[in-house]
Amino acid sequence: MVTTLAPNIVQKTSSKTGIVTPKHFKLIIIGAGPSGLSAAVHATEQNVSYLLLEAEEAPANTIRNYQRGKLVMAEPRGLPLRSPLPFTAALRETVLDTWEKTIAEYRVNVRYGAKVVGLRRNTKSLEVELADGSLLSADHVVLAVGVQGNLRKLDIPGGDLPQIQYQLDDPQAYQEETIVVIGGGDSGVENALALTGRNQVIILNRAEDFSNCKDSNLSQLTDAHMKGVLDWLLETKPQSIEQNSTGEFPITVFASTPNGVERIPCHRVIARLGALPSRAQLESFGIGFSAPDLEALPQLSAHYESSVPSLYIIGALAGYPLIKQGINQGYEVIEYILGNPVEPADNALLREKFANFCSDRGVEDVLEKIRKSVPLLAMLNTLQLRELVLESNILLAKAGDVIFKRNDYSTTFYLIIEGELDVLIDDDGAPDATLKAGEFFGELALVSGRRRAGTVRASAPCVLIETPRRVMQKLIDSVQSMRRILNEVAIKTIVHLCIGLSLSEEDLNDVANNATLKSYAAGEELFHEGDEADGLYLIQSGSVTVSRLIGGREVVLLYVAAGHYVGEMSLVSGEPRYATVRAAIATDAVLIEAGRMRDIIARNPEIRGELDARYLQHLQDQENRQQLETAFDSKASIATQSTPSNLISFLIQQGVGEATDVLLIDESLCVRCNHCEQACADTHGGATRLDRDAGPIFANIRVPTSCRHCEHPHCMKDCPPDAIHRAPHGEVYIDDSCIGCGNCQVNCPYDVIQMAVIHDQPEPSLWQMLLGIKPKSLAVVDGPKVAVKCDMCKDIVDGPVCVRACPVGAALRVKPEELLSYAGGTSGEATLLGSDGN
Amino acid sequence: MQHSNIFDYKNYRYFKLAVIVILIALLAFLLFEPAVGHYGGSWLGYGLGTLSAAMVFWMAWYGIRKRRYRSRGNTQGWLSAHIYLGTAMTVIATLHSGFHFGLNIHSLTYGLLLIVVTSGFFGNYAYMIYPRLMTENMGEDSLDGLLLRIAETDKLARQIALMMPDDINNIVTRACRETSIGVSLLEQLRGFQPDCPSATVVRQLTVLGGELSLEQRKLYRDLYSIMVRRESLVKRARQDLMFRARMGFWLYFHVPFTVALLTAMVAHVIAIFFYW
Ligand SMILES: Cc1cc2nc3c(=O)[nH]c(=O)nc-3n(C[C@H](O)[C@H](O)[C@H](O)COP(=O)(O)OP(=O)(O)OC[C@H]3O[C@@H](n4cnc5c(N)ncnc54)[C@H](O)[C@@H]3O)c2cc1C
Ligand code: HEM
Ligand code: SF4
Ligand code: SF4
Repeated sequence: MVTTLAPNIVQKTSSKTGIVTPKHFKLIIIGAGPSGLSAAVHATEQNVSYLLLEAEEAPANTIRNYQRGKLVMAEPRGLPLRSPLPFTAALRETVLDTWEKTIAEYRVNVRYGAKVVGLRRNTKSLEVELADGSLLSADHVVLAVGVQGNLRKLDIPGGDLPQIQYQLDDPQAYQEETIVVIGGGDSGVENALALTGRNQVIILNRAEDFSNCKDSNLSQLTDAHMKGVLDWLLETKPQSIEQNSTGEFPITVFASTPNGVERIPCHRVIARLGALPSRAQLESFGIGFSAPDLEALPQLSAHYESSVPSLYIIGALAGYPLIKQGINQGYEVIEYILGNPVEPADNALLREKFANFCSDRGVEDVLEKIRKSVPLLAMLNTLQLRELVLESNILLAKAGDVIFKRNDYSTTFYLIIEGELDVLIDDDGAPDATLKAGEFFGELALVSGRRRAGTVRASAPCVLIETPRRVMQKLIDSVQSMRRILNEVAIKTIVHLCIGLSLSEEDLNDVANNATLKSYAAGEELFHEGDEADGLYLIQSGSVTVSRLIGGREVVLLYVAAGHYVGEMSLVSGEPRYATVRAAIATDAVLIEAGRMRDIIARNPEIRGELDARYLQHLQDQENRQQLETAFDSKASIATQSTPSNLISFLIQQGVGEATDVLLIDESLCVRCNHCEQACADTHGGATRLDRDAGPIFANIRVPTSCRHCEHPHCMKDCPPDAIHRAPHGEVYIDDSCIGCGNCQVNCPYDVIQMAVIHDQPEPSLWQMLLGIKPKSLAVVDGPKVAVKCDMCKDIVDGPVCVRACPVGAALRVKPEELLSYAGGTSGEATLLGSDGN
Repeated sequence: MQHSNIFDYKNYRYFKLAVIVILIALLAFLLFEPAVGHYGGSWLGYGLGTLSAAMVFWMAWYGIRKRRYRSRGNTQGWLSAHIYLGTAMTVIATLHSGFHFGLNIHSLTYGLLLIVVTSGFFGNYAYMIYPRLMTENMGEDSLDGLLLRIAETDKLARQIALMMPDDINNIVTRACRETSIGVSLLEQLRGFQPDCPSATVVRQLTVLGGELSLEQRKLYRDLYSIMVRRESLVKRARQDLMFRARMGFWLYFHVPFTVALLTAMVAHVIAIFFYW
C-alpha cells in the first residue's frame, strides 16, 4: 500500500502559519466501497493523480458488515462487468480478499480513517474537509459513500420521546439506569456491552439469535448474559413507548414477544436500527435533490455529475443498489472525467431489450424515439430513461390481445409507444374509452395497489413499455412534474370509475379539476358522525372503516376498500353525517365538494338513481348490522366482547386492512395437528412459511404469522435486485434472484419473512410413507440463505396447500372484502365497480 | 362466507351419500332374501362383503392421503367422507354378516372393525369439543411459554423462600421439586396430580404466615402471590396436556386396530376362498 503521510505533513506545517493551503489532487474519491474502489483502480490504470478517502480502517465497510460467510451475489446476471476491480459471486471473505489483493497490486492510493465531513466548491476547485479538521482540494470529486450512513428511527407510537436516542457517545454518562437497547446487530450489542456493570441493560432483538454479530461481540455478549449483568429478549419487537407520569421509570416500552406483549419500564431507550441515506449532509455539500421526499435521489447528469460542477455521485448513493452496477459506474465515471465517451455497460442489456423492436437502429436512437413518442418521458433525464427502459418490458401486442383483465392484481404501469387500445370497464363488452400512442395507463393500480378496475385490450398492433411499480415509484419520487401529471390522471380515473361512467367528458374534467386529494394517517377520521356533509370521498388507496356510536360504544359497521366511495348517505338525505369514517391504514381519498356533487346529481338522473340505490342498500346493511351488534351485546356479559364489530377492529389491527388475502385459523376447530405447516414445508423447499402457533387470537380466530399479501407490500420497498413481485391474482412472491440481504425481513411489519436455505423436497413414495421413512433429500448442499415467504401456492393446482391439508377445515383464507360478511353475516360495500370477487 | 366443519362440509354432501348407501343396502337386504338365508356366502352377502372390504381399504387410504400434500382437493372433504361413509360401511358390514357370529376369524374381523369404528366416533367427539376448550385455556400462550414461566417462578420462589423460616422454605422447595406436569400418559389423560404439591403449598402458606418479622411479611405476601400464580400456571399446563392427550390417544386404537383389521380381513377373505 502506498504511504499517504505526505499530505498530513503539509497540513501541519501550514496550519502553524495559520494559512491553510490544502494539498491538491486532480481527483478525490470518497468512500472505498465497491464503487469507489473501482474508480480508484481504474484511475490508477489511467495514471490520474488521485486520493481515495475511507472513513473506516479497512475498505468496503458495507460488505465487511455482511454476515460472516454470506454469499455475495453478482446480480443483475446479464450485466457485463467492465472494471479492473474483479467481482464474481463468492463468499464475503473471498470477495474482500480479492479486493485487498487488488488494492495492493495496483498500489491504490487510499487513506483510511479519513471521514469526510464537509465539501465546498470554490472558484477553481472542490475543497474536502475531513473529520480531523484537515482540508484537501481537487479538480474533481467522486462521491461513493453508499447509503449506510444515516440512522434509522423508531417508527412506532412514542418513538419520538426525549428518552429515546439513536447513538451512544459516552457510555460513562449513564449510571444505575434501566436501559433498553433495541437492535441485535453489532452496533446495538456493542452499545449494550459498554453500558453493562453500572446499568441494568436489556436487548430487544427481533431475530431469534445474534448470528449477525461479529465473533468477538458474540462471545462477550454470551459471557455477560451468563454472568447475569445483561438480559435479552429474542424474537421481540417494540410496539409502542409510553411516558409514565409517576414512579421511578420515566417511560415504559411495550414489546411483542413470542409469549405475548411484555411491558418494560425503563429510563432510556437506545435504538440501533441501521441506516438511511444522509440527505442533510449531502445538501450541506450543495447537492441538489429532485424532490423534497427523503427517498428522492440526487439530481445527476447522464455522466453522473451532480448539481455541483465536477462533483460526481456513483453507486448506491446515486440510486443503484447493486455492487456490479456500482463497479461499472466507477469505471465509467473515470472515463467521463477524462473526457472519453464510453458506452454505458448496460447498453448490451438494452440492445437485447430492443431485439424485436427497431433492432436495426442504435440503442441511443431507439431511446430517443421512445422519449419522443411519449410526452410523459420527456420529463426524464437520460439516466432515468435508461433505468426505466432497462427495468421494463417491451411488449408487442397484436390487435385483440388483452394486456390485463379487470380484477387482475397486477400493478405494472404501461406507456404506449405505438398503436391503440380499448378500455372495458363494465360488462357490456363495448369499449368505455380508447387509449392512443403517447398515452399511458395502469396508473390507478399503481396508486391503490388494488385489483385492476378495467380490462385493456389492443385494438391495433401495439408497442408498449411495461414498467414495474417499484421503478415508477422511484421516478415519481424524484420527478415532481411527473408526479403531478400522474396524480391528475389518477384523480380523473377514479372519478370516472366511481361516479362518472355516464358523465359527459366536460363534466368529468370539471369534477376532476376541482377535486382535492387528501391523505390520512391510519386511525385518522375523514369525517365524524353528526358533521355537516362536506362532500363525497372516493378512496384512492388504503381503506376505511365506517362506524357509529351505539350504546356508548363505537361499532364498526362497514369496511370500504380502495376503488369505492363513502359519504353518499348524507349527500342524498341532506342530513348530517350518519356515521364516522376512519382510515384503517394510511389512506388517500379524493374529495368532491358537496355543492358540486349536488349539482351533478341534479343534472344526471342516472347518477342520482345509483346513489339512491346505494343509500338504501347502505341503510339496510347498517340496520342489519346494528341488530346483530345489539343481539351480541345482550349476551356479552357471558362471553368475551366478541361482537362482529370487535372482530373487525381486531382484524384491522392485525393488518388485514391493507391485506389482499390473509390466512386465519379457527381455533375452535383446529386440532393442532400441524399438517398445514408440514404441507407448506413439503411443497416449498422444506421451510414452512406460516407459523400456526404464533399470532394473536380474538374470538377463537387466530391470525397466524403468515403473509397478508399487502396491497402495497412493504417488503418490496428496498429489495436491491427487485426480486419481490405481485402476481396477477395478488400473490406477493419472491423470485430466485434474491440476494439474501434481509431488507424485506426488516421492512415487513408483520414479521412473516424468514431467511432459510431452500432445497427441494422429493415426494416420499408409498412405501416410505407406510414405513415412516424420510425420503433421502437430494444431496444436501449448503445453499445460500434467501428470503422465504408465502407465495399463496400460486404455482400449485387447486391453490394453497395449507388450507387444503387441514383435515378439519380450520385453516381458511379470507379477502378483506369478505371480512365483514365473514365476521357479521351481511354483504356489500359502496361500489359501482360491481362485485370485487371473481 | 361462514366456513364449514367436517360435518356440514359442502352442505352435508357425504351425510346424504351415506344415508342413501345405507337405505339401498337395507332395502336390498329386506327385499331379496336369498334361498340360503342371510349370510356372507349368499350372493347378496358377497356383494355387501365386497363393498365393505373395498370401503375398508379406502378408509385406511385416508391415512396416506392426508400426508400426500401434493395431491389435489381438500383433506377436509376426505375426512368428512371418511366419517360418514365409514359409518355407512359399518351398517353394510353388519348386514353382510347376516348376524352370524361365532369364535372364528370372520367374527374377529368384525370385532376389530367395531373397535376401529368406535374409536373413530370417540375421535370425532374429541375433535368437536377439545379445540375450543384448549383455546379458552391457553389464549395466545403456548405450552412451552407456560413451562418457561413456571420454571421462572420456581427460581424466584426458591430465592425468596431462602429468606423465610425453615417450615416455609421447606414446603416451597418441596412444591417446586415435586410438582409433576403430565409425566405419564395416564396423568396426562387425567389432567391433574393427586394431592398436587402446588395446590397444597398455597393452602399451607395461608396458615404459616403467623410469626414473621415485619420485613419478612412483605416478602411473604410476594411469595404467596407468586405461588398462587404458579398454581394457576401449573393447572393450565396440565389442562393443555390433558386436552392434547385426549385429542390424540384414541388414535392409538384407531390406527393399530386398522392394521389389525386389514390383516384379519385379508385372512378372512382367503379363508373363504380356500377353505370353505
Ligand atoms: C446485508 C446486505 C447484503 C447485500 N448483498 C448484496 C449482494 O449479495 N450482491 C450485491 O450486488 N449487492 C448486495 N448488497 C448491496 C451492496 O452492498 C451495495 O450496493 C454496495 O455496497 C454499494 O456500494 P457503494 O460503493 O456505492 O457503497 P458502500 O459499499 O456502502 O461503500 C461506501 C464506503 O464509504 C465509506 N464512507 C461512508 N461515509 C464516508 C465519509 N463521510 N467519508 C469517507 N468514507 C465514507 C464507508 O465506510 C464505505 O466503506 C447488499 C446490501 C446489504 C446491506
Ligand atoms: C374401517 C373403518 C376405518 C378405518 C380403516 C379407519 C382408518 C383411519 C386411518 C388410517 C386414519 C388416519 C390416522 C392418522 O394417520 O392420523 C383415520 C383417521 C380418522 N378416522 Fe378413521 N377409520 C375408520 C372408520 C372411522 C369412522 C367410522 C370414523 C368416525 C365416525 C372415523 C374417524 C376418524 C377420524 C376423526 C380420524 C382423524 C382424522 C385426522 O386427524 O386426520 N374413522 N382413520
Ligand atoms: S411479506 Fe409482509 S410486507 Fe410483504 S406482502 Fe407479506 S405481509 Fe405484506
Ligand atoms: S398458501 Fe402455501 S405457501 Fe402460503 S402458507 Fe399456505 S401452504 Fe404455505
